[in-house]
Amino acid sequence: MCLGIPGKIVEIIDEEHGLVKADVGGVRRAIATALLDDDPAQVGDWVLIHVGFAIAKINEEEAQANLRALEEIGEAYQQEMADFRASRII
Amino acid sequence: MKYVHEFRNAELARAVAAEIAELTDPNRHYKIMEICGGHTHTIYRHGIKDMLPEQVELVHGPGCPVCVLPMGRIDDGMAVAERPEVIFTCFGDMMRVPGSKGSLLEAKARGNDIRMVYSPLDALRIARENPDREVVFFAIGFETTSPSTALTIQRARREHLHNFSVFCNHITLVPPIRALLDSPDLTLDAFIGPGHVSTVIGCSPYEFIPTEYGKAVVVAGCEPLDILYSILMIMRQFAEGRRAVENQYSRVVPWEGNQQALRCLEDVFELRPTFEWRGLGSIPYSAVKIAPAYAEWDAELRFAVPGVRIADPSECQCGDVLRGKLKPWECRVFGTSCTPEHPLGTLMVSSEGACAAYYNFGRKAIDKSEVSA
Ligand code: SF4
Repeated sequence: MCLGIPGKIVEIIDEEHGLVKADVGGVRRAIATALLDDDPAQVGDWVLIHVGFAIAKINEEEAQANLRALEEIGEAYQQEMADFRASRII
Repeated sequence: MKYVHEFRNAELARAVAAEIAELTDPNRHYKIMEICGGHTHTIYRHGIKDMLPEQVELVHGPGCPVCVLPMGRIDDGMAVAERPEVIFTCFGDMMRVPGSKGSLLEAKARGNDIRMVYSPLDALRIARENPDREVVFFAIGFETTSPSTALTIQRARREHLHNFSVFCNHITLVPPIRALLDSPDLTLDAFIGPGHVSTVIGCSPYEFIPTEYGKAVVVAGCEPLDILYSILMIMRQFAEGRRAVENQYSRVVPWEGNQQALRCLEDVFELRPTFEWRGLGSIPYSAVKIAPAYAEWDAELRFAVPGVRIADPSECQCGDVLRGKLKPWECRVFGTSCTPEHPLGTLMVSSEGACAAYYNFGRKAIDKSEVSA
């Protein structure tokens, strides 16, 4: 629950409600971007995702480094990815 | 430095460790506390302690929200979850935390409708799909998570979703730091500040730590090298006789935080005058509850939550570990009656709890004591 995972925004689903589709290591799920309204996220942006919400924009290099660090964490990351995969917010 | 090859940039890690050693005054001791469960995990996982001079001691603070939730709140949640009309939703981490009548996982096995969700928005969707049931979300977490809960509640109001409510257990990061600094038996020199909480609150809330208490703070990223580098930044402050808040993670953490998230928190929540932390007791203004404007979505009001208060089991020493007074393996039940499979205390439940992290990866730290013995 405490892990932030990096994802790339691949599609805007609902602009008004700030819903986008993000790709996290090949898994695509809807997430909310409303916490980034001051600097709206676009398709192609990398974001840090926490419990289904993008909480910060990051650059691609940071995202890759972050992913590697997460993979090293092992079990907790596997669990987070399993939870993300099971997520359905719309 | 056995584990240095695991670093993405082993060369750099070695150089950073060497500079830390160079800046260390052999005649003094440095006690540095990290307050992020992810940092605790990484420190053990990568044997970072192993790379530091023996004068530099790392202690683990109350940075895991699952670990500090008192047993009574689990029992309160379970009282709601056991109501037949309720679908109770929570993060996976919460399912195994022991209350006085067992865990939510056990309550689920008894036939209660308890579902694990990844996001509060999953819970909102379940409410939309089950209009004849009451859907309750068990909200926990620091400021990394509370804005998400706040937005979900705003959304429930916009959608006029009346069968959804939140059992709010959100806590705030700064008051327990102050409580730790005020406790007379604890001596700390510096803090490694949490990265992700700081993306929301920014760095300025930590300013009182150097100005009022004369301690250093460096906000750090999540990679092992980030943590090592933030320790170097702390050691440089000491060598230069400075104490300040510095941001090692500026590539993600803006100094002023996420204003949009802070506005959401302000709108939906208000501070509780006091809140109980497992092992630390009551800390003033250390948690939030749902503000009157959103009272309709407050599960505590909707279900007359019993408000149970239960003392931690007497054999547990979680409080001393949370305050950095004891190392996990010094707890009298560590690894015997308290293990990740059968946790007695919460620090053994989440992989970010200091006891579970040490239990899983502690051998690296033991190696060092064997080497130095
Ligand atoms: S070993 Fe168990 S009881 Fe002891 S401090 Fe750790 S979690 Fe608490």
